Amino acid sequence: MAQSVAQPTAGNPAVPAKLPLKEIAPWAVFFGVLMLVLLYFVGAEQGATSVFNGTDVHEWVHDARHLLGFPCH
Amino acid sequence: MNSATVRNLLVRGMLAGLGAGVLALIAAYFLGEPNVDSAIHFEGHHSHEHEVEVVSRSLQSTAGLATGVLVYGVAFGGIAALAYCFALGRVGRFGPRATALLLSGTALLAVYVVPFLKYPANPPSVGDADTIGKRTTLYFLMMLLSLLLAVGATLLGKRLAPRLGNWYATLIAVAAFALLTGLAYAFLPVVNEVPEHFPATLLWRFRLSALAIQTVLWAGFGLLFGELAERLLNPRPAVARSTGQAVAASH
Repeated sequence: MAQSVAQPTAGNPAVPAKLPLKEIAPWAVFFGVLMLVLLYFVGAEQGATSVFNGTDVHEWVHDARHLLGFPCH
Repeated sequence: MNSATVRNLLVRGMLAGLGAGVLALIAAYFLGEPNVDSAIHFEGHHSHEHEVEVVSRSLQSTAGLATGVLVYGVAFGGIAALAYCFALGRVGRFGPRATALLLSGTALLAVYVVPFLKYPANPPSVGDADTIGKRTTLYFLMMLLSLLLAVGATLLGKRLAPRLGNWYATLIAVAAFALLTGLAYAFLPVVNEVPEHFPATLLWRFRLSALAIQTVLWAGFGLLFGELAERLLNPRPAVARSTGQAVAASH
């Protein structure tokens, strides 16, 4: 039944088929973590916590951090 | 085939995030930067601690800003695309484009607007350096809480829909979200570190520009990604053919 709904018909926009959760899970875990690491470096590195010494990362993304709403300093 | 669909959606999400990031960068440069400069000007007049400039202002406001906003766009684009894979066909009778715009509107609200109403964006010279740890924790906590509440409200609405119908199920889900968000606002500590004599209009304009940047980013993402997802999931020739068949069959 879900399959028949997925077929587009005239004047009735198709409701897309569900993607199986077990297909999504590995992508979600791996890329989800990767994206969160990117966000961490834009939003929080060398603020409350540091992976690298110094303030280079913080100073480089300083304006973006303020304008994107992250607590900066 | 489905695994390829997830991969294709993820790639398109990151591309759409990059495109939306470019739009947000334009908004950030023209709407936000003048306020950042004014705030730094205020800081210069009112504090006498001069730190060594690690990165020059002209780099911070151009290449630095671009790095931050574009990486933010790509990262949230990727995350939103993965959330989209879960939402597709599960949130209701919405096509690929409508699902993308709905997801992106919800993301703007849950990831940005709800945390922003409690812990708004602050320009340079607002905020005590000693409390950065506390403020960072509170901000990310609020973001996580709001995101979990949004997911919870969506699941609640979906669960109630068969019994109450879409209208009342959605109303109850939204009301539950608002109520729990209100409780979080009430119980989480207040942060007010605006220095004395900091211009109120500048603070308002800065926060408004921060909100504008996010609105541009998520609106841009929803529209761009929706278009890409529509083309991936409902390729034009296939739609035309099956429409033709359906019309032929119905006559």
